[in-house]
Amino acid sequence: MPKQSPEERRRNFLEVALGYSEEQAIEEANRCLECKKPRCMEGCPVGVDIPHFIKAIREGEMWNAVRTIKSKNSLPGICGRVCPQEVQCESRCVLGKKGAPLAIGRLERFAADWEARCGLLKKCASDPDAENEDAPSAKVQPPTGKKVAVVGAGPAGLTCAADLALRGHKVTIFEALHDAGGVLIYGIPEFRLPKKIVRSEVDYVKTLGVNFELDAVVGRLVQVDELLKTGFDAVFLGIGAGAPRFLNIPGENLNGVYSANEYLTRVNLMKAYKFPKYDTPIRQGRKVAVVGGGNVAMDAARCAVRLGADEVHVVYRRSEAEMPARLEEIENAKEEGVIFDFLTNPTRFVADDRGRVAGMEVVNMVLGEPDDSGRRRPVADLGSEHVMDVDTVIIAVGTTPNPLLPANTPGLETTRWGTLVVDDDGRTTREGVWAGGDITTGGATVISAMGAGKKAAEDIDRWLREDGSWNR
Amino acid sequence: MYQIIEKEALVPNIIYLKINAPNIGRAAHPGQFVIIRVDETGERTPMGLAGWDEDEGTIDIVFYVLGTSTMKLGTLKEGDYIMNLVGPLGTPTEIENFGTVICACGCFGIGPAMARIKALKEAGNRVITVVEGRSREFIFWEDKMKANSDELHVLTGSGGCGELGWTNDFIKRRLKEGKDVDRIFVHGCPFMMMECSKASEPYGVKTTVSLTPLMVDGTGMCGACRVEVGGETKFACVDGPDFDGHEVNWETLVLRLRQFIPQEDRSHMLWERENWHKLVEVSPRAFNPTLGRMEGEKVEKKSRRAVIVNDADRCTKMPRPPQDLSHQPRTLTMQRGAI
Repeated sequence: MPKQSPEERRRNFLEVALGYSEEQAIEEANRCLECKKPRCMEGCPVGVDIPHFIKAIREGEMWNAVRTIKSKNSLPGICGRVCPQEVQCESRCVLGKKGAPLAIGRLERFAADWEARCGLLKKCASDPDAENEDAPSAKVQPPTGKKVAVVGAGPAGLTCAADLALRGHKVTIFEALHDAGGVLIYGIPEFRLPKKIVRSEVDYVKTLGVNFELDAVVGRLVQVDELLKTGFDAVFLGIGAGAPRFLNIPGENLNGVYSANEYLTRVNLMKAYKFPKYDTPIRQGRKVAVVGGGNVAMDAARCAVRLGADEVHVVYRRSEAEMPARLEEIENAKEEGVIFDFLTNPTRFVADDRGRVAGMEVVNMVLGEPDDSGRRRPVADLGSEHVMDVDTVIIAVGTTPNPLLPANTPGLETTRWGTLVVDDDGRTTREGVWAGGDITTGGATVISAMGAGKKAAEDIDRWLREDGSWNR
Repeated sequence: MYQIIEKEALVPNIIYLKINAPNIGRAAHPGQFVIIRVDETGERTPMGLAGWDEDEGTIDIVFYVLGTSTMKLGTLKEGDYIMNLVGPLGTPTEIENFGTVICACGCFGIGPAMARIKALKEAGNRVITVVEGRSREFIFWEDKMKANSDELHVLTGSGGCGELGWTNDFIKRRLKEGKDVDRIFVHGCPFMMMECSKASEPYGVKTTVSLTPLMVDGTGMCGACRVEVGGETKFACVDGPDFDGHEVNWETLVLRLRQFIPQEDRSHMLWERENWHKLVEVSPRAFNPTLGRMEGEKVEKKSRRAVIVNDADRCTKMPRPPQDLSHQPRTLTMQRGAI
């Protein structure tokens, strides 16, 4: 897939991967072997009919491809960009045994972009099935008269809301921030997922009849109990794992030490990279250290490059092999000049005389015995402490569930990690309340949250129609 | 979109707004705050709730015009709209019958303090309100405070009216006299809250302060608002804004509040340069109600900018932020009114 060159993209926030042209997409789709027993679908958390949409692209029936994807996945433009396909659908592809697997994610992205280009609601010449011009690309069932409240307009919430709306329920999404999309808006940067795409997919969810209440913090403005009392038949909590985790080492509250959430929210949601046109400032020096090895750390490091840092280090306590970030993102970061310091862990921050961070003391690590996650546990090599010369630090070591809502909702049980206790279908310990996404799993991927939203939507639909008992 | 129902310039550079927000009005409690984003390019700025009306469906805020966001908000007129208003946020103040309470407030803090004074009075407390200002013209809502307190003391730094001194002097005097005080609440600039906490500490009277550091989301997601209380890191937006004043690390708070001053100043100057017409359109009294109003005082016709610079000089005593960071003061000097 064509990409912006590293020299060029270091200086802009435009999308890095440029996407397939129609010819390229058809050429790629032609590689599909059309297996009799396709295994790719098994790898998809939301069960997209992959062989079918690939076939449609191959035959040039793009509209058909879009409709096939959208019958299972309401947010294809997002998934095509941020799903870790290499461990999902593409990992099962037979082509992968000899050479590169079929680029399913890129083809999904192509289909979504094709639709966006042709206009969301316009009738397309190659779509003989479209009944009228205003029909959304999936059919909405007749109204059931049931109302569902979805809390949080992130991947889990949007998917759940869209699926319920398609089944004819009246859905209202409550979102705390001023823009819908959750982590897609505040977390993932413009150059990896343009906000235009998120907006157009949110607009699609709106066309299904979903009502959005922005600036509405459930747990403060309104409680879950009140929602259930004021006419909502069911509530889905897709509130994410929003609270940043810190290292709890001395000097962490110095100026210039950001949580990745704060740094990325300032840059992405508040558009600090356009300061002073936008009012939200961000202050970043010349030498930036990002602590952590996940996708969030890559996003933060690549934002720092674009904001003009001379040197950006990713400081990770294990080695490259254990890094949880996607390979593609690590490659992109390396191309853009990010320096990786493996087997290094911060121990404290050093201040200058104005209360700003001026250095980070780190210690070298060695890998010991494997731990619970199966990865070798890093152990500090005492005596190897040295100070890195940095003036900005971004802590990207994961997030924990935000306790605000669970603490204000009686009857919701949480685990000792703060996540909500749910069964396989997303039912919580409170009747009429479902949950899914990072609030039940802790920090995970966009697609797993979407899968959970989808599963919960099916169960909510079943429960609303049958009105069965809560505890099975 | 949230409409401005009523606007009043209370004292120089402090403005009161009544905003239509029915849901927030229904859910609000004393001590909570809202986050405002004025327009598409605006910042998210926390502001303490000064009052609310469940029946009218409105909320009140009082703010100090200091930077781009507050300047934008201050130039809006009655009938104009604010783009985003989130709230109520923060843990409500614990209100019960403590016995005798001192409510100390000053500057923009008089706004949120008012909501608390009312609630404390309703809970059956004997409320002693003490309000400070650099001079007479910075005191507002005296009648409201009087109506809801058992005692009202007005202190001014210039001694021009009421008693001479500051709220911390009053607290110290009261406690020294051995008069029974069960609880102290302080609302104002960080320096004032610090001084009041220091004044009460030797006497062991629990002193609650209300901190609103820089915030982004206000729901515990980003950690921009972290403050050190009792050696632990807390998030002011969800763990606060109320904290025990004796435990707060004031130096970190002020350093963190000031971390963006060079950027804030640049943004402010650019905004003023591009939006001078908005400043001309609002009445000359929009930022300084005392212009041409003070009896027996010779009023100079100054430009609005001159008034602001003068006020800033007099009230905030904040040096013009230097362009180059290396010129920043080497040691932290905290002053009254510096925000």
